[in-house]
Amino acid sequence: MIGLVVVSHSAKAAEGIRDIAAQMGGGDARIEPAGGDGEEIGTDANRIGEAIAAADDGDGVVVLVDLGSAVMNTELALEMSDAEAVIADAPILEGALNAAVEATSSKATLDSVVESAEDAREYHKLND
Amino acid sequence: MADESVQREALAAAVENVAARIESEKSHLTDLDSAIGDADHGNNMHRGFQAVAEKTDEFEEMDVDEIVKTIGTTIIGNVGGAAGPLYGGSVMTASQEFEEGITAETSVAFAEAYLEKVKDRGDAPVGAKTMVDALTPAVHTYKKSIEHDDLPPLTALAKAVDAAERGVNFTVPLRASKGRASFLGWRSVGHQDPGATSTLFILEEILDTASEYLEGETDVEAVAESAPDEDPEEAQE
Repeated sequence: MIGLVVVSHSAKAAEGIRDIAAQMGGGDARIEPAGGDGEEIGTDANRIGEAIAAADDGDGVVVLVDLGSAVMNTELALEMSDAEAVIADAPILEGALNAAVEATSSKATLDSVVESAEDAREYHKLND
Repeated sequence: MADESVQREALAAAVENVAARIESEKSHLTDLDSAIGDADHGNNMHRGFQAVAEKTDEFEEMDVDEIVKTIGTTIIGNVGGAAGPLYGGSVMTASQEFEEGITAETSVAFAEAYLEKVKDRGDAPVGAKTMVDALTPAVHTYKKSIEHDDLPPLTALAKAVDAAERGVNFTVPLRASKGRASFLGWRSVGHQDPGATSTLFILEEILDTASEYLEGETDVEAVAESAPDEDPEEAQE
């Protein structure tokens, strides 16, 4: 199954987004949170790398990120990782939710999960 | 500087000097960052370089490129925010250039690989009010001094530090277009970039350390004569 990693500056945010995506998207999805830098608000390439390794069962991993250094630290973690992993360019919560739904489909691929996550860029929260 | 044991010793000394300098400038860097960033640059860099300084005992067992790689990975593991990948990740990648040890030639290759990785990762051109504004003129000046002007490495490094300092000053009037400072728009104008500043501090300490190990190899007059005439715009290219 395609694994998911949620990278946020806040450990609580990453865990919360994981919980929402797991509950609404499908409890079977493999979702690892990687939030904070171990001490405070921030991101940490090593922590992200460990989450990628934990989420990977060989089929690949899609990473959802929040802002700024989350992207840079994730890119660095991907360079240091052997897993087939990619960053989805998507809003983190909606993207994680979409990705979790797609990941539990029997036809899911790395591309289809990324695409589902990135579909969330088009969402509008108000009708007009 | 052919002897590998001397290179190890110089690297350990450089690391300790950088760590001490960052410690003494911690508040200064944080003040700069509180104006246009999230006020953590001093603490982050201090935490990272303290961790690096604690590793110097391990250097004796390593090749020079391994030492430099270890410096990079330690920074990644201990410096939070974007500084971790920018400083540490770039050192880690560029460390490959020291497989044959530190020479004038490999140090140019290292500097160029480091700059390229920083620019690639941060996606920041010159003028975006980032560390790239200090690093680019420094690296270009160093390369030109060695490859074109045939100056000794220590002289080239002194000129590079001088170029970096002008680059730091150049960040003051700029409007930030990258990183958190870019959210401030015009309000970022008039503030010196913290990343460019810490980059200068690191380069100054490397120069200071190198001058202990390359004594007599500098041509101080060449620096003194050429520095004021050099066009900063040219160095920014």
